[in-house]
Amino acid sequence: MSYKTKTKDEIAARIAQDIPSGAYVNLGIGMPVMVANHIRVESEVCLHSENGILGMGPTPAKGQEDYDLINAGKQPVSLLAGGSYFHHADSFAMMRAGHLDICVLGAFQVSVQGDLANWHTGAVGDIPAVGGAMDLAIGAKQTWVMMDLLTKTGQSKIVSHCTYPLTGLGCVKRVYTDHATFECGENGLWVVDVVEGLSFTELTELIGVPVHQRN
Amino acid sequence: MVGGFGTAGIPYELIEGLIQILEDRDVRDLTIINNNAGNGEHGLAALLRTQRVKKIICSYPRQADSHIFDALYKAGKLKLELVPQGNLAERIRAAGAGIGAFFTPTGYGTELAKNLDGSPKETRQINGRMHVLEYPIHADFALIKAYKADRWGNLVYRKSARNFGPIMAMAAKCTVASVFEIVDLGALDPESIITPGIFVNKVVLVREPDHQMA
Repeated sequence: MSYKTKTKDEIAARIAQDIPSGAYVNLGIGMPVMVANHIRVESEVCLHSENGILGMGPTPAKGQEDYDLINAGKQPVSLLAGGSYFHHADSFAMMRAGHLDICVLGAFQVSVQGDLANWHTGAVGDIPAVGGAMDLAIGAKQTWVMMDLLTKTGQSKIVSHCTYPLTGLGCVKRVYTDHATFECGENGLWVVDVVEGLSFTELTELIGVPVHQRN
Repeated sequence: MVGGFGTAGIPYELIEGLIQILEDRDVRDLTIINNNAGNGEHGLAALLRTQRVKKIICSYPRQADSHIFDALYKAGKLKLELVPQGNLAERIRAAGAGIGAFFTPTGYGTELAKNLDGSPKETRQINGRMHVLEYPIHADFALIKAYKADRWGNLVYRKSARNFGPIMAMAAKCTVASVFEIVDLGALDPESIITPGIFVNKVVLVREPDHQMA
């Protein structure tokens, strides 16, 4: 049977669906930022930005940008009513101490034990840069990953053990991909949903390491 | 220590002043602490280009236009201590708060829980969770950008340009803050002062730019 994988925008919409009203959420640089487009304003989800913003709002209209008000990706943003500013140590205290409900991060690899690798390919000559990835990964009450299931060459990014340098150990709670959604639970990853037309058997063949399904 | 994150809070005028001061001095062993490692041609990038810096402590050196850092690093002319951003902030905060060291869960089990010589940092299990011992980062000078000051050095900041300013101000022996306006004592709302003047040694008045320009 044939199937169609989700677009990045569809994965973002799927993630937004699981974010409860009133949650404090950090969206990582890159793909995860797209989740913001699918969060309903009336849900009062409060977005955190590592550089010292709670209540971050959308990109301002052209001509309204203020380069003292930027997000972690260094792009101009706005502040919603009720928003606040704070310094970096407070911002990372919010992460480290579990004050944030959810963070959504991109990933190079996620292991079936919930280990995350997303900061460095480890390639010789690559300049490493970590930013807030390690603090976010281990700090939020729940760390969710948003990624394509396969690399461009068709390798599964869900692995038995990460071969890239680790960001955090056993920190991932859910994995949202273009093929399926997974929950980290007892004995590894459990499939939550799969795109229409893709069977569980076909999915496990793509991944190449055992994952579980509930009856 | 140099404040700033992205386009916000970089004390460009103070960095330019530092570069000028260094012109007739034989200083080649500065350590710079900043979240990044300079980008484009100005600010920290310009300071790095003078080759007065031997080491940089930061969380995110690689950027689209960090070519001056990239070249010096690859040529072995600049040492890098890469620190997770929250550990960087907390190590700076700890220095300013008189803390000897602290245990943090961030980085446990990763390559960044190692010392520069590759030896593992001290770890400890606390309440069932593994932590890494991290030491404070002190500095001789902090160059930061605030919004307004008074004669006592009390500071308020502007939007997300606050970023590292308040914690760096506390962590250095001498803190220099650039501001756009110096107001009379009592003109800043005491409830709104973010950095009390006790943490600030010098205030430098600079021209306020158009904040809508990157």
